[in-house]
Amino acid sequence: MAALIEIAGLTKRFGGFTAVDDVSFRLDKGEVLGFLGPNGAGKTTTMRMLAGFVTPSAGTAAIAGHDVMEAPVAARRVLGFLPEGAPTYPEMTVIGFLRFVARIRGYAGAALARRVEDAVGLTQLESVRLQTVETLSKGFKRRVGLAQALLHDPPVLVLDEPTDGLDPNQKHEVRTLIRRMAPEKAIVISTHLLEEVDAVCTRAIIIAAGRVVADDTPAGLAARDPDGRLEEVFRAITVPASLKRAA
Amino acid sequence: MRAALIIARRELDGYFATPVAYVFIVIFLVLQGTLTFNAGDFFGRGQADLVPFFNFLPWVFLLLVPAISMRLWAEERRLGTIELLLTLPVTEGQAVVGKFLAAWAFCIIALALTFPFVITVNILGSPDNGVIACGYLGGVLISGAFLAVGAATSAMTKNQVIAFVLGVAISFVFALSAYPVVTDFLDRNLPVLAEIARGFSVIERFQYFAQGLIRVPDLVFFASFIGFWLFVNAVVVDHSKAG
Repeated sequence: MAALIEIAGLTKRFGGFTAVDDVSFRLDKGEVLGFLGPNGAGKTTTMRMLAGFVTPSAGTAAIAGHDVMEAPVAARRVLGFLPEGAPTYPEMTVIGFLRFVARIRGYAGAALARRVEDAVGLTQLESVRLQTVETLSKGFKRRVGLAQALLHDPPVLVLDEPTDGLDPNQKHEVRTLIRRMAPEKAIVISTHLLEEVDAVCTRAIIIAAGRVVADDTPAGLAARDPDGRLEEVFRAITVPASLKRAA
Repeated sequence: MRAALIIARRELDGYFATPVAYVFIVIFLVLQGTLTFNAGDFFGRGQADLVPFFNFLPWVFLLLVPAISMRLWAEERRLGTIELLLTLPVTEGQAVVGKFLAAWAFCIIALALTFPFVITVNILGSPDNGVIACGYLGGVLISGAFLAVGAATSAMTKNQVIAFVLGVAISFVFALSAYPVVTDFLDRNLPVLAEIARGFSVIERFQYFAQGLIRVPDLVFFASFIGFWLFVNAVVVDHSKAG
């Protein structure tokens, strides 16, 4: 079976600065990849290239066999993407916004209503459905962004910090949701929370200074530290790479 | 086209979800009314036509239309929603066209709300309503031309004020290009360019419509002018992705 996400030699240079440097990986159905790295390591840029929002300087990325440069619309159809900061239109209501996304994704009539209701149910937005997005708390805004990404039940999900700004209960719910969807999809999440990797990911990639410095299972990574602490492993791997770039 | 229309509808709803739409319409009608009745001496002329109305229309549009287009892309870039919009299954072309159509529909609504002028002249006399209809068609086209310029400048920045000022400035060049201040200068120094500059004057072309003349070259000009600036818009949006 073809991989749902296939990235080969992906590179992004901004002027003389290399934000993402020759990143390659592939992800199959059933995998949840935790994308880790310090701020500025290139996580968001990599995800943007995967979603077709940033044009790569070199390399290729494909989603379910659709090259993001050659067939961008086909690739985006099978992708659910939560951009960094979960941006949404502030003057729209939650339902109005989700209906807009559903229409763009080609739904109409009863199918559209069902998709929107499913997404609202999955992300527990019932209580705020008629509120405008600008009046919502950070956690609700994040869930609106998540609802938008899940709406069309895509085989591939790319979520940039899906639990940022959520309280511990909401974090737990989102992780439960990701675990429940995992067997049917290929999911990439970026996060700063190492406990999240333990909680939901089947695999973790650590990038530092734009390069992949580790690609392993969470257990495999933890085993690199004598005490089995992921935090120590993260520091040991990423600090030298960041220093190297600074120099 | 379907995706473009969905985007257009969202965008148009967005105008009316904020006070922007109402402020714009009120200012536009007040300005247009004051200029037509007072500065244009609508009643004193003793003629049943809308000549003063159409004389002022392009200048009012020049000032106000970039205020409609300035938010189209600058706002999306400031809020980060452009990342959401452009990662939905739509092409950049569809997004560019959809946003332009929404702004254009809004201008047409504002223009349609000047209907009391038409009623007034029809009560006071018997104007040539064909000429008036032509003038309105010209108004729709010139607003589209200014909007296309403004949409492109909006894509160049995340600051709406910069988008507005750039939009007015570029539109002003095209508005003024048939006026003596430009043509006399060119006639003296670069006679070759004088004729070309005159051809690019959106206001001179608009005046043919206001006189009741629908000329194919003018229709082609406005279509190409709008098409060119939408193309610029798409190029700028695409360039912003390359970082």
